[in-house]
Amino acid sequence: MVQRITPLLWLLFSAGGTVAAFLFPIHLFLTGLAFPLGWLETPRFEFLHRLVMHPVTRLYLFVLIALPLFHWAHRFRYTLYDGLQLKHLTELIAVLCYGAALLGTAAAAYLLWRIA
Amino acid sequence: MSAGPHYTLYHPRWYRHRVSVWWWLKKGSYALFVLRELTSVFVAFVAMVYLWQVRAIGQGPEAYGQFLARLKTPPFLLLNAITFVFVLFHAITWLNLTPAAMVVRLRGKRVPDWAILGANYAAWLLLSIAVAFVLLRG
Repeated sequence: MVQRITPLLWLLFSAGGTVAAFLFPIHLFLTGLAFPLGWLETPRFEFLHRLVMHPVTRLYLFVLIALPLFHWAHRFRYTLYDGLQLKHLTELIAVLCYGAALLGTAAAAYLLWRIA
Repeated sequence: MSAGPHYTLYHPRWYRHRVSVWWWLKKGSYALFVLRELTSVFVAFVAMVYLWQVRAIGQGPEAYGQFLARLKTPPFLLLNAITFVFVLFHAITWLNLTPAAMVVRLRGKRVPDWAILGANYAAWLLLSIAVAFVLLRG
């Protein structure tokens, strides 16, 4: 099963890596450092709420969350194989990694769909 | 031994020699490789922070305020600072690999590596400015 969908998983890994490379540094810099430390003014709730209500923003956030999760799943899976020499746990690790990514994707879809 | 050249998960016992779990600490380039692979954990962390923020915004101003307050605590600031370094490391190593992963041809000629790299870094800069522009209006 995992063998058969490997090309798709690799595509998700690659797409997620690109999304994370282009967009995560600026997003984390602002949300995780510049806003909490007061270097820049934190966006107000009303502004962000209005922004997130827009369909384009929702789609953007879905891509921003889901694809990098699959990037993590794929890369972390091989980190565990090689780093910790867990080759005998191949199936279990694959299920846990991609399962976690699927769960996060489902949560993102649900939250972004239900936002009101 | 069974016949047929099928794939086996393990090498025969007599060819196996133990490698320490810490093999990647023996050489600088190995350590960098493993650190690069570990950036994925920090990438996942950023995705989770965003998921958390989306949830907070959906729950209302009070939840959003709690989210902001939590991010101001020292553990989160420290974690975010470390994460930022790893995410930058991911971005730089990822962009630097694109000329090797993607061969672009224009009128039959291969586009040189520096042009692909330049385009990638320019796109990175423009996208970062665009994100900052949208978020700083609020």
